[in-house]
Amino acid sequence: MFRTALRNVLAHKARLLMTVLAVMLGVAFVSGTLVFTNTISDAYQNSSAKGFDHVDVAVVPKYQDSEGDKVGKPADLTQATLDKAAKVPGAASATGVVSGFTAVADKHGKLAGGNWQSAGGNYWGTKDARYPLTSGHAPHGANEVLLDAKTAQRAGYKVGDTVRLSVDGPVLTPTVAGIFTTDDGNVTAGGSLALFDTPTAQKLFGKHGTYDEIDVKAKPGTGQAALKEALDAALPAHQVKTTTGRQLADDQAKTIADSMSGLKQGLLVFAGIALFVGTFIIANTFTMLVAQRTKELALMRAVGASRRQVTRSVLIEAFVVGAIAGVAGLVAGIGIGAGLRALVGSFGASMPDGPLVISPGTVVAALAVGILITMLAAWLPGRRAAKIPPVAAMNSVHATATTKSLVLRNTIGALFTAAGAAVIVAATSMDASSGEAPMGLGAVLLIIGVFVLTPLLSRPLIAAAAPLLRAFGVSGKLARQNSVRNPRRTAATASALMIGLTLITGMTVMAGSLQSSIDKMAASAIRADYVVSMANGSPLSPDVAKKIAATDGVSASSPLRNAETRIDGTTEYVTGVDGASIAELTDLKVDRGSFTIGGDRVVVDKVRAEEYGWKTGSRFTAHFEDGKAQTLTVAGIYDGNDMIRGIMLDNKVLTPHLSRPTDMQVMVKTANGASTATKDRLTSALGTNPAIKIQDKKDISNDIAQMFTMMLNMVYGLLGMAVIVAVLGVINTLAMSVFERSQEIGMLRAIGLDRRSVKRMVRLESLVISLFGGVLGIGLGVFFGWAAGELLGTKMPTYELVLPWGRLVLFLALAGVVGILAALWPARRAARLNMLTAIKAE
Amino acid sequence: MTTTPTAGTATAVAARATELSKIYGQGETRVVALDRVSVDFRQAEFTAIMGPSGSGKSTLMHCVAGLDTFSSGSVRIGDTELGSLKDKQLTKLRRDKIGFIFQAFNLLPTLTALENITLPMDIAGRKPDKAWLDQVISMVGLSGRLSHRPSQLSGGQQQRVAVARALASKPEIIFGDEPTGNLDSRSGAEVLGFLRNSVRELGQTVVMVTHDPVAAAYADRVIFLADGRIVDELYGPTADSVLDTMKQFDAKGRTS
Repeated sequence: MFRTALRNVLAHKARLLMTVLAVMLGVAFVSGTLVFTNTISDAYQNSSAKGFDHVDVAVVPKYQDSEGDKVGKPADLTQATLDKAAKVPGAASATGVVSGFTAVADKHGKLAGGNWQSAGGNYWGTKDARYPLTSGHAPHGANEVLLDAKTAQRAGYKVGDTVRLSVDGPVLTPTVAGIFTTDDGNVTAGGSLALFDTPTAQKLFGKHGTYDEIDVKAKPGTGQAALKEALDAALPAHQVKTTTGRQLADDQAKTIADSMSGLKQGLLVFAGIALFVGTFIIANTFTMLVAQRTKELALMRAVGASRRQVTRSVLIEAFVVGAIAGVAGLVAGIGIGAGLRALVGSFGASMPDGPLVISPGTVVAALAVGILITMLAAWLPGRRAAKIPPVAAMNSVHATATTKSLVLRNTIGALFTAAGAAVIVAATSMDASSGEAPMGLGAVLLIIGVFVLTPLLSRPLIAAAAPLLRAFGVSGKLARQNSVRNPRRTAATASALMIGLTLITGMTVMAGSLQSSIDKMAASAIRADYVVSMANGSPLSPDVAKKIAATDGVSASSPLRNAETRIDGTTEYVTGVDGASIAELTDLKVDRGSFTIGGDRVVVDKVRAEEYGWKTGSRFTAHFEDGKAQTLTVAGIYDGNDMIRGIMLDNKVLTPHLSRPTDMQVMVKTANGASTATKDRLTSALGTNPAIKIQDKKDISNDIAQMFTMMLNMVYGLLGMAVIVAVLGVINTLAMSVFERSQEIGMLRAIGLDRRSVKRMVRLESLVISLFGGVLGIGLGVFFGWAAGELLGTKMPTYELVLPWGRLVLFLALAGVVGILAALWPARRAARLNMLTAIKAE
Repeated sequence: MTTTPTAGTATAVAARATELSKIYGQGETRVVALDRVSVDFRQAEFTAIMGPSGSGKSTLMHCVAGLDTFSSGSVRIGDTELGSLKDKQLTKLRRDKIGFIFQAFNLLPTLTALENITLPMDIAGRKPDKAWLDQVISMVGLSGRLSHRPSQLSGGQQQRVAVARALASKPEIIFGDEPTGNLDSRSGAEVLGFLRNSVRELGQTVVMVTHDPVAAAYADRVIFLADGRIVDELYGPTADSVLDTMKQFDAKGRTS
């Protein structure tokens, strides 16, 4: 049995080629993902493990939970705690760690590290074991800083240079006192690290004589566990938490593995889509191979093979095909993994070095996926093969494609489609959280329904294209008829393309609508000309707001100052604003009362008002982080949105309660409106700081657009694989059709159809099938986009469906291009067909 | 008997092969399929080509019909010399001047009987001559079945569609490759009757390859091929006279 199957595979090499390629691409995607994420994950784990070499036990402050009217915050790790830790038996030394965000500008004024990887810290004493100096000396005082060697080299700084830095807004210009090397994960990943002496770091990062962490080194002969025990005994248990270095390394490794597994799962979803598309091709191919071998299989049955043996022979064939594709896919996947690493590296985000990791799990997964998918998809054709009666061997009639009635299939399909659509429509009227599950269910039902219905849909939809095809004369007519000749095969081919296009269209519609609604929200809620914020979203020092207010041409400005409070025993984040200016800077719809902020008068959004049962004039008590309470009065209730919401009170009331006030944004209104000159003035007032973003409304729109474009491009790229597999499917179907119809094509050539017309006939068939898939996919995608938007719209008042017509036309054109490209080779083959052998072929 | 040149006949020639040779392979594997064959197919004449398998009868037909290339010599259809034509021109020639009837019917299953009949005109983008089309269709007795698809027709009916297709475009010459090979004797007789009628009544020229003496007896003239040469010729054949002629050079066994 195995030998027969193997022979069959070898005999049909060419016809199995596309199937192997399709499975291979899916497997390559899977194994590429695994290789890439394992490699990155391993490299990060190795580099982070090194980072804990200097820590035997880490002492961190315990978070004091919010309770009653008390605002929660971490306990202070004071100098006293550090001194105590250093004197614990078994401790060799204790290092206080302070860290925060520090942007370093290169010589052209640009950020030297990425937005999220610009870190700052403290250099402990005169010789810090964590950071070996390669040149210079330890920093001393507010005017000296150390830079890591990679950043110094990248930005071109050497000892003695003046460097421009920013921690929370104001620009600092210390001198580079020294250069150090480090194993810090952020730095190996391309970020920057700037170190100050401890008092400067504490001041800059707002730590006021406290530490974020105390790292204790053990004396030789003292184990980490013993040291931890000693520390636990000596330090106040309710204020600190101790962890051994080994535990930290393990925790970090686990965190990295977790974050990588998120990426891995995301990528595997797309790989799964590509594989799913591949199953349609596999099923098509095996259905055809079985149909072509009807006589042969019937003969096997006639000479005594059981049904199960026939099915098994088909499955063995699938196994061989899957195994070949699995191995090829694995090899390609390893290449992809290596290529991805190089690609990510070339984007500037350098990653820690490490060997390419090809785990046994990857190998097993690749082979298993390839083999199982192929066998699963070949199972139905295999069963159909078993149903061939032995008498078919005697029958001289050519086995025609299954003409079995589609009635049952259509009924099932219609039921699924109707149910799916109904559930989705019903879900759109629910609110966002409760509608999600029914919508997902509806989407699955609808997609299955449409899959099942495609053979039925193919006739009317392709008939609709008839007037266009008529322009191509007899080629067009024959192409149209050929494309509906085997509705199941056409349907499977078109479905494969449909999947990718449905997802692409759905994502595009949703993203476009979301973008425009967020845009609208940003534009409609803000009256300010500029919004100033930190490039990475970290908080700004109140100095920035002060400097802005003092800048020429600024007519009104207000920081948005965030603070945590307790109201009625729950945590509530409030926003402190400049009460006098805020009405000029925002444009919020006031529901009731008036938009007045000042003294004890505050405004609250509708959601909060409902939650707490407030009306205009209601009074409530807020407890601040300093433990003090303040009674406030609701002056007005406004419609909040994603950018501005919650309780807004005057900074004059809020700030005295804060130990370290920080602003998320500063809104700015200028006398002459947004202009380059105004922006330049603001920029220079803030010291030309690369870490600060000054955005007008257009910049904000662009930012939002950029975010969506990036996300969409990523999704397009990942779904591109599914489309490529679908293209292979179209090629496969056409090649099969050309092969099966060679006698007809030979006859057509004999009675006078020229080569060009034969080519055109195949190309048009391909175009018709692809456009059919394209129309279905885009239609479904728009429907899903609409439905998902309706659901989201309940959360976003400004949501409105935006159909990106340009994109939709582009996608349809893409489907057409897919059709033309896929037909290149089959059309050539058809045109080159040897007429005489074709006519004679029985 | 030897090859009889057809010089001196009064009727015009529809197709003529002169010194036609077709050679496959080279050196050791060299096979001569046609060896300097010269033959005329006169207008309004029904010619049958016979010979044992491997005699070159099909090759001769394919070369004269512009389906296959030849190694040397010349072939003319009407005034057109085939040897100098490119594939595109050959295709146009087949479309406009030649009709074909195949052993395996070779109809398009997606088209109705009528659409199959008018296919060559569709390909050429010409409107069929309605009166002529009706005449052909009623002659082959398909009037009631024009909207049927090939799968709904019997073998005999399918081959009648093929005959109508060959006749419909009024070609200069019709080539048949074992047109009755897949038919029972009654259907075969019908088809041959149509072909003969088309020659007698409509002045059509027909050339048919066959291995069946009964089929050959419908022709006006039978030429016999063996080893790539024309070895005999018979005018006004009967099944018996054809059989007798075949027995004379029966060295390798009769037919395929």
